[in-house]
Amino acid sequence: MSTESGFVTSATELRAYAPAADLSIASPSSRDSGAQARPRTSPQHLRTEPGPVRFVIIGLAVTFLTVFVVLPLVVVFAQAFSKGVGAYFSALAEPEALSAIWLTLLVAAISVTLNLVFGVMAAWAISKFDFRGKTFLITLIDLPFSVSPVISGLVFVLLFGAQGFLGPWLQAHDIHVLFAVPGIALATIFVTFPFVARALIPLMQEQGTQEEEAAISLGASGLQTFFRVTLPNIKWGLLYGVLLCNARAMGEFGAVSVVSGHIRGETNTMPLLVEILYNEYQFVSSFAIASLLAMLALITLVVKTVLERRLDEGQVPYDH
Amino acid sequence: MGLTLTWLSVIILIPLAALFLKTFELSFDQFWGIVTSRRTLNALKISFGLSFAAALVNLVMGTIIVWALVRYRFPGRRLFDAIVDIPFALPTAVAGVALTQLFAQKGWLGAPLAELGIKVAFTPVGIFIAMVFIGIPFVVRTVQPVLIDLDPEIEEAAASLGANRWHTVFRVILPGLVPALLTGFALAFARAVGEYGSVIFIAGNLPNVSEIAPLLIVIRLSEFRYADATAIAVIMLLASFLIIFAVNRLQRWAQNRTPVH
Repeated sequence: MSTESGFVTSATELRAYAPAADLSIASPSSRDSGAQARPRTSPQHLRTEPGPVRFVIIGLAVTFLTVFVVLPLVVVFAQAFSKGVGAYFSALAEPEALSAIWLTLLVAAISVTLNLVFGVMAAWAISKFDFRGKTFLITLIDLPFSVSPVISGLVFVLLFGAQGFLGPWLQAHDIHVLFAVPGIALATIFVTFPFVARALIPLMQEQGTQEEEAAISLGASGLQTFFRVTLPNIKWGLLYGVLLCNARAMGEFGAVSVVSGHIRGETNTMPLLVEILYNEYQFVSSFAIASLLAMLALITLVVKTVLERRLDEGQVPYDH
Repeated sequence: MGLTLTWLSVIILIPLAALFLKTFELSFDQFWGIVTSRRTLNALKISFGLSFAAALVNLVMGTIIVWALVRYRFPGRRLFDAIVDIPFALPTAVAGVALTQLFAQKGWLGAPLAELGIKVAFTPVGIFIAMVFIGIPFVVRTVQPVLIDLDPEIEEAAASLGANRWHTVFRVILPGLVPALLTGFALAFARAVGEYGSVIFIAGNLPNVSEIAPLLIVIRLSEFRYADATAIAVIMLLASFLIIFAVNRLQRWAQNRTPVH
């Protein structure tokens, strides 16, 4: 990262994250870092607005964020506890709720593990080697971000459904993909595919291949090089990708909804159960589950902020 | 390397190819018939029209928010900066039920609005609100780094050459932000078009009135009308490809017009 971290850098970063809608949050290095750091030698009054204008702009921003972001979050917890703490916890202890929590954890564990392994491999291939079709590969990795979650689910119905391409064969062999855990896991892997790779590519590109080349020329094997040299260098970025991947995996609704079949107590993940209970006017139960997901989101944001700071620090050696 | 490609093919390429293969099973007339049927057209109109309106709101409000966060110091600034990411982090179903509860006729915001005669939940206005919610971070997070890194000398020069603040902002600063603003707008638009979870609860889902295209896909699937679902999905997929393409062009444009430091 160049020291001026000027427009060029942020533009590259943006491009790296371009269609990666959800990951535009993931430009840890440039966010907020320059705000205080930039030396302001020149007269301050030339660069700001008159007091009343400032007041209106801050007021608008704060009001908008409060109404559209803070209030919905508060509503979740207010509704969840509207009948008291006892009702809240007994809603969470329902067998249906417990099975949804278990399924969500299981699916997240499967999809995060697989995306972790292949995300690292994809990022490794893209950032350390040159080959034809690289741009195409990057576009492909980004694709799930720009596709509607419903379509992400639909493609698996078309493949594995009764009328799908593999449907008859699966039926003949009594393998259940759709309306079962494998289908839910596949759809989740699809929508969370880009996170790990996207978090790592800019980091690994920046670090180049010198350290790896040095390790190899000193006699390290490929695996040794990876675990002793590459992995320590990318660990914070990797955690960052895994964190976002996990949050999305646990919260995914549209894609999972299409492939799950909504079998009660069997194929309902937490977000799906939120929907079912809400439509049955069981508001306390619905919002109790929703509050768990909201807490997941809040914890994710806090950890993300901490990791972003780590990533910024980690970049210092490359800054000069 | 080979493994990466195989995995990528299994998870992404083959499923997407299945979508297009399924479409080719339709004759062109069948495809055209589905896509131009009244209900489909209305769903597409609602999805794209409201997404565009919501992205416009995000463009304006996003600019204001980013300006406040980057240029001013006020109590709670860091907190509000972090809050911007919540629409990304909050699972869509949670956002959906929360917004519905908030804007329902007896909700905290729905009740006062209802007294003013404005009905939000279960109308197209509700869809619009949900799309605004989901799009907030895009403009803010794409413009923020650019505004932070903007060279202060340019505006100082403008000011010392006699431009008033209004001129400096609108003639000097905002033009520099245009690529980032457009990118944020396009990303917010793309996200809103495909959005499902946060919209369907508050939408009301009345065919031709408040039924979004992703929901129509789900409905067709549940009716086992796979061809219909696929045709609508292909149209939406093509639209998102166009948006990705536009965003990539925007990024290239932004890079090319950047003076090298």
